[in-house]
Amino acid sequence: MTAAPAPRVALFVTCLVDLIRPRIGFAAIAALEAAGCEVIVPEAQTCCGQPALNSGDRKTAEDLARRAIAALEPYDHVVIPSGSCAATVRVHYPEILEHDSVWGPRAHALAAKTYEIMAYLDEVRGWRPDGVALPATATYHDSCSGLRELGIKRQPRRLLAAVDGLALKPLAGEETCCGFGGTFCVKYPAISNAIVGEKAAAIDASGAELLLAGDLGCLMNMAGKLHRDGSPVRAFHAIELIAGMGDGPAIGEEA
Amino acid sequence: MSFATRVDEALADRNLKLAVERTAGTAEAKRTLAVDAFPDFDAARDRAAAIKDHVVANLGHYLQAFEANATAAGAQVHWARTAQEACDIVVRLCKAANAKSVARSKSMLGEEIGLPHALAEAGIGRIETDLAEHIIQLSGERPSHIIWPAMHKTREQVSALFKASHRAPHEEETIAAMAESARRHLREGMLAADVGISGANFLVADTGAVCTVTNEGNAELSLVPPRMHIVTAGIEKIVPSTGHAVHLLRMLSRSATGAPLSQYTTFYTGPKRALDRDGPEEMHIVLVDNGRTTMREEGLAEMLRCIRCGACMNHCVVFRQIGGHAYGGTYPGPMGAVLTPAFDGLKQSRDLPNACTLNGKCQEVCPVRIPLPTLLRGWREKSWREGLEPASLRSGLGTWAWFARRPRLYRAATATALRAMRLMGRSGWLTRLPLADGWTRYRDMPRPTEESFMAQYRKGRRS
Repeated sequence: MTAAPAPRVALFVTCLVDLIRPRIGFAAIAALEAAGCEVIVPEAQTCCGQPALNSGDRKTAEDLARRAIAALEPYDHVVIPSGSCAATVRVHYPEILEHDSVWGPRAHALAAKTYEIMAYLDEVRGWRPDGVALPATATYHDSCSGLRELGIKRQPRRLLAAVDGLALKPLAGEETCCGFGGTFCVKYPAISNAIVGEKAAAIDASGAELLLAGDLGCLMNMAGKLHRDGSPVRAFHAIELIAGMGDGPAIGEEA
Repeated sequence: MSFATRVDEALADRNLKLAVERTAGTAEAKRTLAVDAFPDFDAARDRAAAIKDHVVANLGHYLQAFEANATAAGAQVHWARTAQEACDIVVRLCKAANAKSVARSKSMLGEEIGLPHALAEAGIGRIETDLAEHIIQLSGERPSHIIWPAMHKTREQVSALFKASHRAPHEEETIAAMAESARRHLREGMLAADVGISGANFLVADTGAVCTVTNEGNAELSLVPPRMHIVTAGIEKIVPSTGHAVHLLRMLSRSATGAPLSQYTTFYTGPKRALDRDGPEEMHIVLVDNGRTTMREEGLAEMLRCIRCGACMNHCVVFRQIGGHAYGGTYPGPMGAVLTPAFDGLKQSRDLPNACTLNGKCQEVCPVRIPLPTLLRGWREKSWREGLEPASLRSGLGTWAWFARRPRLYRAATATALRAMRLMGRSGWLTRLPLADGWTRYRDMPRPTEESFMAQYRKGRRS
């Protein structure tokens, strides 16, 4: 019996994971390798361009999209530990480059093989964590881009269900935006604060020890508010638990 | 008053938060039940969007058909390119009818064109007959929501207002007693009015009928007794036939309040006929463009699908915090953030498309599938192209983008930035960041990593 050849998977680590919490990148590599992938981290990657796209700087967004496409297209699959960055590549690159006869088709081709990490592990690889245990209670926030642009809802829950000892508690308003919104949170800080204040209260009320989500931006927003409010809830990217790294420092606990 | 000031005032107003949460929260829950009980709501939304797209693409054809059929039914059709033209026509008609007072049934188009103001200028008395519009008229405010204009007020505030304004106000502090007080007050005005003015939820091309939807029956009582009925309607309100109107009605009421149908749904086809016992002697329909043709030509055609249900704002995290008045335009919430720059100019309203997290909930609940986040992004692009975005954002984003295009320099620059940021705190959290005060004013920031992922990864591979 011969095993299917391991797909060559490019990990697009995202600018936030690169600079704030590399553990998420290493957790992604560990999970992908456990799922039988050969993981490559292309050197030429920086940012997917989402800040430019959402600020209206279309020219910069297109420019960064072309660079990302060139860096990522040589691989079988591209995997991203963020719903909003993955949605930028899968949904928005083809839209913003539609007018470009050269890059438009390349954007479509890249979009078709780009995945958010938990969707990839669950749906493409059909993989489940094996022998991973974490006795804890957690609650899950569905980040908006992943949920509404990529349909990510059940995939992380299916993977987390395979972590021994982990109990998921329901979160009231789990599909309600946390108020991060990229540059929104610093452009309109008072509105963002009002939104995340309600989110933090709902997380606290869930009674869970851990907050999980699939996007570091949203996690930083929620964890930062929980910490400011003195909540004991600790926050992780879900992939950290799935890769067996849930026993390490939570967001904000790394010295 | 700037958007920032309006937002600060709104966020400081606890009554506003309570009032918005009561109404929008109830609407959200009821809509969910109604949609879940509807067999294949998504297919119904597709059909609703297709009906509107077809009409918007063939506006001229259907408007001509409507004019011909409304005229055949005895109504007179007027065309207004601008808000001013529309108001002028209405005022002229009222004066010709020698009207001292008009009864108005709630219409957002009327608000959009500034009709209440125009009537006041012309010295024509006006009574708002929708209960919430009545509250707004008493308090001298503008609507804060397109279907619940007084949404920003608590019932306690309304009670005080009625006691100060009604001739024989309620004594018991119950909603029923308050409604009875308003009923006594409004009936007198409705029955005394010379002209009734309404908007239109739908204009039916093949019958020439005008459809209005209310839950209080105030449209019927405002429009049937007076001598003249004047309709002001946006040209996008047209539908090919009654069947299409009924399909959209099913979407409208469920999306707005969660009800299967509004309490009163009336199709007005022409004025009183020879053998009719009741009805106005004249019916005038003012078809208003006010920028709609331009919107269709300039990338906002999908916005003309809007049937004004309010679901987008009821489900918007920003609206739920700041309410409707903070938006500063006729229409609040996500649909207002798309429409207001078109009506008032982007320069005055560039904050609206920006003050949105692009979370996509509005599009998810829209009964006609308007891609609101995409349209909001379109305004952001226009604002960027026209140089309306603040210089600090432009230069900050420009610097970041310059490095992001050059991976090697990006690594060096981010390594320096990481070192600088790590100096600002010792624990895992930063509580104050000079360049990101908007963040740290309200929340802590996880301290960045000592070494970026890329640097650690490269080292790991070498060892």
